[in-house]
Amino acid sequence: MEAIENKVVEPPSEESILVDAARAGDIRAFESLVRRYDRNVFRIAQHITQNREDAEDVVQDAFLKAYQNLGQFQGQSKFYTWLVRIAVNEALMRLRRRRPERMVSIDEDVRTEDDSMPREIADWSPNPEQQYTQAELKDILGKTIQGLPPSFRTVFVLRDVEGLSTEETASALELSVPAVKSRLLRARLQLRERLNKYFKRRDGDTKP
Amino acid sequence: MKCSDFLKELTDYLDNTMDSHTKAELEEHLQWCHNCYVVCNTTKSTIEIYRDSRLYELPDELRTRIHSAIISKCECHKKDVAAASTVKTEDQHKDSSK
Repeated sequence: MEAIENKVVEPPSEESILVDAARAGDIRAFESLVRRYDRNVFRIAQHITQNREDAEDVVQDAFLKAYQNLGQFQGQSKFYTWLVRIAVNEALMRLRRRRPERMVSIDEDVRTEDDSMPREIADWSPNPEQQYTQAELKDILGKTIQGLPPSFRTVFVLRDVEGLSTEETASALELSVPAVKSRLLRARLQLRERLNKYFKRRDGDTKP
Repeated sequence: MKCSDFLKELTDYLDNTMDSHTKAELEEHLQWCHNCYVVCNTTKSTIEIYRDSRLYELPDELRTRIHSAIISKCECHKKDVAAASTVKTEDQHKDSSK
């Protein structure tokens, strides 16, 4: 079985030039950084908050905070990893405001009974996503990931959707590498389990 | 190898971040364990479906609006910082001329 290749975004050298220029007050340079990463930040924010207006606010607040604090960016991590850390914190803050009854933390290590053990072992139809329209599929995927604890879906979206490495994800979330790996495994297995009911092979499906 | 051992290694296996000896052991397990084969395959599909889904794309109109808001807030911040710096310099001049 082939391993999954991650789309790691390597920062071109011009990025550090842009960061330096923005730090010196060049707003056009900062605007280039916004254009480069706004889609990623929006996706991450909406995955965490599960709310479009909150995601919009998170994008604005995260970039503004990044601009205001560029002086503190040491360049030891990538600018994007640093930005993601700000965005994740903003998103979690919004989520806490919406759900004050529930403590929401990235440190939350939710352990349900045997949550890593697959319960239903069913093969999926070939190209299962093609059984649904784009709108239906987005609805299924959105609802399914919403069911995961925020700490799990944050790790999943950074690692598997945005393509950060395990180390970058750990750095962005200020977690250890083993903690990222543990949450990632459980997030992947729980999503797989929940998607079974939509994608499993039905009678009459042909074998690939 | 037990299925629970296989599951513990699944993330590293899918990410291809393991030594060749462990990888060979896992692949040997996959040869005969249909359940683990299915779990491995469907977990891989789960990741690929989410990665390719283009869930939560930022529409152009919203993107333009967000950009304008960010840049205008940054410009305000820049002016505030410049104004604060001018006041500080003037205060320093006053102090030194005393």
